Amino acid sequence: MTEPVISLRGVRAELGSRPVLRGIDLTVNRGEVVALLGANGSGKSTAVRSVIGQVPVSAGEIELFGTPRARFRDWARVGYVPQRTTAAGGVPATVTEIVSSGRLSRTRFGVFRKADRAAVRHALELVGMADRAKDSVDALSGGQHQRVLIARALASDPELLIMDEPMAGVDLASQEVLARTLREQVAAGATVLLVLHELGPLEPLIDRAVVLRDGCVLHDGPPPKAVGQHALPGHDHVHPHAAHDAEPIRTGLLS
Amino acid sequence: MDFLNYDFMQRALLAAVLVGITAPAVGIYLVQRRQALMGDGIGHVAMTGVGLGFLLSWSPVWMATLVSVLGAVLMELIRWYGRTRGDIALAMLFYGGMAGGVMFINLAPTGSNANLTSYLFGSLSTVSESDVTAIVLLAAFVVLVTLGLRRQLFAVSQDEEFARVTGLPVRALNLLTAITAAVTVTVAMRVVGLLLVSALMVVPVAAAQQLSRSFAATFAIAVGIGVTVTIGGTVTSYYQDVPPGATIVLLTIGAFIALTALAAPLARRRARAMATGEPAGDPAECAIPASRESDGKVGV
Repeated sequence: MTEPVISLRGVRAELGSRPVLRGIDLTVNRGEVVALLGANGSGKSTAVRSVIGQVPVSAGEIELFGTPRARFRDWARVGYVPQRTTAAGGVPATVTEIVSSGRLSRTRFGVFRKADRAAVRHALELVGMADRAKDSVDALSGGQHQRVLIARALASDPELLIMDEPMAGVDLASQEVLARTLREQVAAGATVLLVLHELGPLEPLIDRAVVLRDGCVLHDGPPPKAVGQHALPGHDHVHPHAAHDAEPIRTGLLS
Repeated sequence: MDFLNYDFMQRALLAAVLVGITAPAVGIYLVQRRQALMGDGIGHVAMTGVGLGFLLSWSPVWMATLVSVLGAVLMELIRWYGRTRGDIALAMLFYGGMAGGVMFINLAPTGSNANLTSYLFGSLSTVSESDVTAIVLLAAFVVLVTLGLRRQLFAVSQDEEFARVTGLPVRALNLLTAITAAVTVTVAMRVVGLLLVSALMVVPVAAAQQLSRSFAATFAIAVGIGVTVTIGGTVTSYYQDVPPGATIVLLTIGAFIALTALAAPLARRRARAMATGEPAGDPAECAIPASRESDGKVGV
C-alpha cells in the first residue's frame, strides 16, 4: 500500500514577499493518517492550503491521487475541513443547509436526489449532530460548529480527509466525538492529513508525523513518543510568559 | 383600487414588484458574504452608465446595465488580485463612477442634472413601456440565477475556501454574483433610484433574519418583505403624493424595526418551548442552587 494520495515535491510558497514554504517534500500514502505539526508560523496551514489550491505555489509539484493538482477535478474524493471557529455566515443557516454544501461535488448542477439527502443525514449521524439538523448554526457551541464542518467534509463520502486544526477551540465532549468519527473513517480506509498544534486525543490514530519549522520539514517519521508535546523535535514552546523572558523579572513573586 | 386604471400605475407596480423580488434575492448572497454595501458601490458606478446613455442617445437603462456589469466585474477582480489596497481601489471606482455620471450628463446635449435626479432617487411614474420590457428581461435573469444556482451560490458565499475544494467554479460564481447584483441595481434604478438601491438589497434580508433560522426561510421572508414594501410604497405615493423611492425604503426600515421588536419575545418563547419540549437538550437556564445569587453568570 504505497500508492501516494498526496504528494508534494520541493514546494515553495510566499505570502507577500515572505517565504512561508521553502521546499517541502511530503507524501501521504493511501490509508495513512499523517499529522502535520509545528509552531505557529511554521507553514503547516500554508502547506495544506497549497494542496487544495488556496495558496499559489511558486515552485515544486503537487499531486492529488497521482494527478497534478492543476488538472485534478475529482474533488468529491477530497473532504476538507478549513480552520474555522464558526460555521456561520452573514445569514442564518441550518446545520443541514451547511452540510449540504459538502454534497454538491456529488450532484449534477446542484440538484439533490434522495441519495444525496440521505448522505447528508448520514454525515450528521457520524458526528452525532442528527438531532440538531434543523437548528440554526448560530445556536451551536464551538465544538458543535467544528462537528458541523467535519460533517460537511464527510458528506461527499471522501477517500481523503484534509483537516486544518480540527481540535482548535473544541470542548472535551466534542473532541471525543471527533476522535471517534475519525477512527471510524480510518477503519473504513480513509486517508487523512491533519494539521495539529499538538497530538492530543488523536495521538493513537496517527501513523506518521511531519514536523515543520520555518517552512522546512524538520522531522518525518513515527509520531514522537513524548511526554506531552514538549518532546517534539523543533517544538517552539511558546507560553504567554515567553515575552517576559527577554527581560529579567524581579517582582519577587516567583523567585 | 382606482389606481389600477392608469397605464403608468400598472407599469409602476409591475416594475416595483419585480424590484421587490430581485433586490433581496441578490442581496441575501451579498449579506451572506458580508459585502452588504456592494450594491451601493455598483449604484455609484451605474451613474456613469446613465450619463453615457444620455451622451450617446442610447437607452440609459441598458447603458447603465453595461457599465455597472463592467464595474462589478472590475470590483470582483480587484477583490481577487489586489488584496492589499483593495478598499482604496474600490473607493476610486465608486467616486470615479459618480463623477463620470455627472460629467457625461452635463456634456450631453439633452441632459441635465435634473435628468440625473430621476435616476438617483427613482422616478416610478415615468417608467416607460421600453423600460418595463428591459426590467422584465433583467429581472427574469436575476431570478433564474438566484434560484437556479442557490445551492452553489450559498456554498460560495458561505465559505469560499471550502467551495473551491468541492470543485465549484468559485471565480465564475463570484463573477456571476457580481454581474447579477449589477443587473439588479439597474432593474431597481427607476423604482428606488441608484442611491437607495442598496437599501432594498440589504434591509429586507436583515429584517427577515430577525425571524428565521434557515437560509431558505430568510430568502422567502426577505422576498416577501421586498414585494410588500414596494407595492405599499408605490400605492402610498399614488395617494399621498410622496416620492415612491424614499417611501419604499422608509417602509423597509419600518419593517425591520417592527420585526426586530417582534423577534425578541418570539425568541424567548422558542427557548421556553425547547426547554420544556426537549428535557434531554440543553436547558434554557442554568439550574443554580437556591442559596446562590442567580445573576445568570456562573464562573467556570
